[in-house]
Amino acid sequence: MDQNPWLTDAVARVADSPPAIVRLFAAAGRHTRPEEDGRTRLLLALPPETVPYWVDDLYRHGDAGEKLAILTALPALPLGAEAVPLLHDALRTNDTRLITAALGPYARHLDQHAWRHAVLKCVFIGVPLEKIDDLDRRADRELAAMVSALRAEREAAGRRLPDDARRLLDRIP
Amino acid sequence: MRIFDPHIHMTSRTTDDYGRMAAAGVRAVVEPAFWLGQPRTNPGSFTDYFDSLLGWEPFRAAQFGIRHHATIALNPKEANDPRCRPVLDLIPRYLDKDTVVAVGEIGYDAMTPEEDEAFAVQLALAVDHELPALVHTPHRDKAQGVKRTLDVVRESGIHPGRVVVDHLNEVTVGDVHDTGCWMGFSIYPDTKMSPPRMVEILRSHGLDRMLVNSAADWGRSDPLLTRRTGEAMLAAGFSDDDVDRVLWRNPVEFYGQSGRLDVSETGDTGPLFEGSSILRGGS
Repeated sequence: MDQNPWLTDAVARVADSPPAIVRLFAAAGRHTRPEEDGRTRLLLALPPETVPYWVDDLYRHGDAGEKLAILTALPALPLGAEAVPLLHDALRTNDTRLITAALGPYARHLDQHAWRHAVLKCVFIGVPLEKIDDLDRRADRELAAMVSALRAEREAAGRRLPDDARRLLDRIP
Repeated sequence: MRIFDPHIHMTSRTTDDYGRMAAAGVRAVVEPAFWLGQPRTNPGSFTDYFDSLLGWEPFRAAQFGIRHHATIALNPKEANDPRCRPVLDLIPRYLDKDTVVAVGEIGYDAMTPEEDEAFAVQLALAVDHELPALVHTPHRDKAQGVKRTLDVVRESGIHPGRVVVDHLNEVTVGDVHDTGCWMGFSIYPDTKMSPPRMVEILRSHGLDRMLVNSAADWGRSDPLLTRRTGEAMLAAGFSDDDVDRVLWRNPVEFYGQSGRLDVSETGDTGPLFEGSSILRGGS
């Protein structure tokens, strides 16, 4: 099934010896195609009990591509809420790729305060809100109040809120 | 004119500079790890800097359609501070990263025994990680420094074609030319090298293995001097193809030896580009 011998070999090596993932995870970006999800496959090859440790280690030592791969893989990994600190880290950045990836399905572990601020940050820096998982179910009146306040500031400055944020306000009862 | 600046410290430049560079034809840069003006005092200060070179800075560059790669090393100046040297143990992990295309800047500042050791250790890391090396040459006692640099490079066993010896001038270019190493020139407003002098060097030494950079940083420097050098070449009778070779194909060939260089267009950033807080003025 595998078209990519490098990835097949790398997955086997990680299963055999988890620390091998350090160098293989870094190199996967140049040895695999995006659609192969090479980095996710490497994470899934880890013994499940070691996943929390390696996810943290690889994120902390990762470049932007590795961090992005971890955030994207989180929902598929055998994890509870252990990786929430990584979401906080990503949401502190101004890298729109990381912010977007941090608001996928794994963000169900984020508390509501942090989640609202993350959504507001998306509005603020122009990340499309359609990328946020579970937005309509989770959006509440407090978020609406925050977005409305931003709209007031923008309008006072003669600027508009992005259309997707205006539509979100319309949807929150 | 498409331009690849093979040595520029964008961390020290403004976002406006990225805009001006893109407008001038700069489509790719390599940012070598170096000194920040204020001496560092611990390894963590380096790792935050390295992380920025592999995270935020490429993101910032991409907003302007510029590909950003980095070289990673403990620079010679700070190799002299024992508080900083433990960073040498952290560097190998960085050398596996996708956008790291060389070990650098390594080499000499004041030619101390500590610099000798850091230089040799990091040339060995370049060999181990199958990466080229970017070698800084000292601004004081440069001629002696270049000779000693070339001795250390020879002893390391790295292939000379995988080494660029940087910040050269009329006095030092000849020695490097004869070794088979690549030759780097930093075009500065007042010091190191100027566009007209660079043109004369290209006339006398040819275009092979020549790399022209702005080395723009936190000092008096100008990220558009690569472009000015291309214009000076044209005015002096070099062809468009000659300019393309020096300002684009040569750096692509040198850093391409890493196997990690990506100079494809950054156009597929999609909503990132539109949505960037940088382009939106930090809205």
